[in-house]
Amino acid sequence: MTTLDEGTDLGMPELRRDGLFGVPAAPDPGTRKEFTSDQEVRWCPGCGDYAVLAAVQGFLPELGLKRENITFVSGIGCSSRFPYYLDTFGMHSIHGRAPAIATGLATARGDLSVWVVTGDGDALSIGGNHLIHALRRNVNLTILLFNNRIYGLTKGQYSPTSETGKVTKSTPMGSIDAPFNPVSLALGAEATFVARTVDSDRAHLTSVLRQAAAHRGTALVEIFQNCPIFNDGAFDSFKGRDTEGSIIPLVHGQPVRFGADGSLGVVRAPGGGVRIVETSSVGDGDLLVHDAHADDASTAFALSRLTDAGHLHQAPIGIFRQVERPTYDDLARQQVSTARESLGDGDLATLIAGKDAWTVPA
Amino acid sequence: MSKQVKQLERVIIRFAGDSGDGMQLTGARFTAETAAFGNDLSTLPSFPAEIRAPAGTMAGVSSFQVHFADFDILTPGDSPDVLVAMNPAALRANRPDLRPGASVIVDTHDFTKRNLARAGYEQNPLEDGSLEDFNLHALDLTATTVEAVKDFGLSRKDAARAKNMFALGLLSWMYGRPTEPTIEFLSTTFAAKADLRDANITAFRAGWNFGETTEAFAVRYEVRPAAMAQGRYRNITGNLALAYGLIAAGRLSGLPVFLGAYPITPASDVLHELSKHKNFGVTTFQAEDEIAGVGAALGAAYGGHLGVTATSGPGIALKAETIGLAVMLELPLVICDIQRGGPSTGLPTKTEQADLLQAKFGRNGEAPLPIVAPRSPTDCFDAAIEAARIAVTYRTPVMLLSDGYLANGSEPWLLPDIDALPRIEPDFARTTNHTVQGKDGEDVQTFWPYQRDPQTLARPWAIPGTPGLEHRIGGLEKEDGSGDISYEPANHDLMVRTRAAKVARVAETIGRTYVDDPTGDARTLVVGWGSTYGPIGAGVRRVRREGIAVAQAHLRHLNPFPADLGEVLHRYDRVLVPEMNLGQLSMLLRAEFLIDAVGYHQVRGLPFRAEELADVIRELATTKETSP
Ligand code: SF4
Repeated sequence: MTTLDEGTDLGMPELRRDGLFGVPAAPDPGTRKEFTSDQEVRWCPGCGDYAVLAAVQGFLPELGLKRENITFVSGIGCSSRFPYYLDTFGMHSIHGRAPAIATGLATARGDLSVWVVTGDGDALSIGGNHLIHALRRNVNLTILLFNNRIYGLTKGQYSPTSETGKVTKSTPMGSIDAPFNPVSLALGAEATFVARTVDSDRAHLTSVLRQAAAHRGTALVEIFQNCPIFNDGAFDSFKGRDTEGSIIPLVHGQPVRFGADGSLGVVRAPGGGVRIVETSSVGDGDLLVHDAHADDASTAFALSRLTDAGHLHQAPIGIFRQVERPTYDDLARQQVSTARESLGDGDLATLIAGKDAWTVPA
Repeated sequence: MSKQVKQLERVIIRFAGDSGDGMQLTGARFTAETAAFGNDLSTLPSFPAEIRAPAGTMAGVSSFQVHFADFDILTPGDSPDVLVAMNPAALRANRPDLRPGASVIVDTHDFTKRNLARAGYEQNPLEDGSLEDFNLHALDLTATTVEAVKDFGLSRKDAARAKNMFALGLLSWMYGRPTEPTIEFLSTTFAAKADLRDANITAFRAGWNFGETTEAFAVRYEVRPAAMAQGRYRNITGNLALAYGLIAAGRLSGLPVFLGAYPITPASDVLHELSKHKNFGVTTFQAEDEIAGVGAALGAAYGGHLGVTATSGPGIALKAETIGLAVMLELPLVICDIQRGGPSTGLPTKTEQADLLQAKFGRNGEAPLPIVAPRSPTDCFDAAIEAARIAVTYRTPVMLLSDGYLANGSEPWLLPDIDALPRIEPDFARTTNHTVQGKDGEDVQTFWPYQRDPQTLARPWAIPGTPGLEHRIGGLEKEDGSGDISYEPANHDLMVRTRAAKVARVAETIGRTYVDDPTGDARTLVVGWGSTYGPIGAGVRRVRREGIAVAQAHLRHLNPFPADLGEVLHRYDRVLVPEMNLGQLSMLLRAEFLIDAVGYHQVRGLPFRAEELADVIRELATTKETSP
């Protein structure tokens, strides 16, 4: 059986300048309880959001940061209630705009750990533009994208990740839209860190969060999140005991192999993509060894295409890509300090007088 | 040959040519010379929305008008005394604005059959007598320029391009402008290209000498320096003054400035300018769209920066939801709307003031915000500081309504004493502000993000990184005080009224309505806002010179209005409200104060002419009271 519960070592080396550089450390990192706000959690019973919240509340103390230097910014949707339940700074903003607001905050304040909580409708539909631009700029943010493949808060319309043909309140004859694959989209948007995990797998979720927080730049984490009310069972193939044929685990430096006793594996396909083969039909050395640090995102993209587009039976889980690239906010702050160093702190009177001022005598 | 010198009080010159003829530069240089000479001045650039409309067409005409005088003037002038037309289209496009007797200097070089047809002329206007009302100087400026610069080995095209400097030289001679600023300017601009530098300086000097020697120009004019208050001056456009005002507001508040913006005419210059001044701690973010521009500014404001966004009307429409969020979050934010002709894409390079109602009402729900409007290019500096003051003091988004006329127009600016500018106190929250009962009845200190200052009703600005003040805010309605989500009917009613009351309290710090009523017995009041200040003032002056008493009030604050405004309006028999829209301020004045405001409106994309306003003011002020 292939489970990720034991595979918490994702094979990632420590980064030199991590995502939390510049954020003040707490002498005493605090407890899960201290990171929990006094607000009553109001998701439907059985919602996958609970598991993610518990994982995040449990994981945050581990970062060792001052609690007041952590900020969560969310958009609109069920998952966007997230900030209310954490005793950090938090902003529940408007639909789709959290990455834009977080970009301003992260650029203004290098001493904050900034998190974005969003959903498939929030990030990929109304806020699609902000998401792709945050990714290409590589702003130092960690984006948790709760993908439940449905609109929950507005009571069950199809979303931009819903499979074609989905029958919902707004698509009685089945949806006719082709869905987005969030991982493929992020890779195409020049993302430097893209991962996928599952709400119910606390250990894997936590290990991905750990890597995401440590990444300097925009880290996009897609979380398969079950909505028991409007899209129950969408991710059942990835839960419980029998996931070995469904989860294609991506572990940096390891051959990509899954299925009963590792009977299936991924090899390069002619034409630049990848394909799934019976491992018995190829030599051990022929299996693709996952390289999350590859400069070229082509293989990561090819792996992302192993995700079913319709009902999900099979998908790669893990960190697709993690590369270093200067971040927008670091560069923006650097330009300000470089200007100050080379020109000196600006003198307002000189500035406004300009070059062509004249004097009218008394 | 000695020339006659004639004294004038004021002159209006318009340089007009094809977009590629460098008329904006020519106008700007003439303005700089005029400023250095010491005249009062006011400018009005006008250019096409297209970057390069087809050459020689009416659509491609670009112009720059400068009005200068030996007294203080208020507008760029109604009708040019001198038109410099570099091609047939420039002549045809500007001809309707001329009065009989105006001087027209025409470069005849492009008056070919083809170019005449392109401009829509059936016959050559230089030959058919249609310009006989004017003092016409038809000269082949291009050929003269090419001849003058022939030693520099330039291509014919490059040589001909120096014709604008020739024209500038000629006009500089005619009005006795100092030449050093322009020669210095050309030397630095073309420092890397010696041949172009020398050709342009030569063309400029040749233009001057041409005036001096040719018999075509018998008269030179002198406009004496204006009596201006003592001090140091510069010439400045509204957008530049606005950018400087924002930088100054950053200094006065001690807050780093963060501008989030998306390029849009006529606001982009604010982004360009601020991006040059990072050594003032200014961060500029060119966003993916208008929404992200204001979103990032709001995010920065949440983080304790002076968040600013600058756009035009279409951008405000896109930003509306985020501005509503800022109203709800009660965070400081300065939103600059450099208005242009609308609706939709409208007239991107033309002026209008039709966004007042959008600024005041253009959001869902009851979402009040303060509105300030500068009245002149230099006033953009002070208005920016005032907008920031209100935003920071009251923790609210503030709309600043400039427009295309103020943005690109310029005037001399008496440089302010930086030390005398008002400080802005951010007063960040540092400590808990509320006591609640713990489980065992003990007192627990906590932070309530919506516990208000009793004086201003502002809530605390508690920025991330402040220990013990961790809290959550959002767009959902909040409980008074605690800021927790609340759907309670009475609480919502209270919060809606409280947000409105907070904005209303701004009136306590904006002073009384200033009314200019020199004789003190006027029965007619002219009320305006924004860029109409100059034309209204000029119109009022004309009428007063005829012995008619008229009072003028110009509103800097459009929301809230000064506390005494209603009383002021009711003191007069007649209230006239000229606006470059279809009556937006007059609608608000009528609604709020139940007065019978009379509107006067035009939306031609151009500022009012002083003369037309004088006619309207005279007519209303001299109407006999008709009893109902
Ligand atoms: S609707 Fe679905 S996603 Fe939303 S809270 Fe309920 S279960 Fe969770």
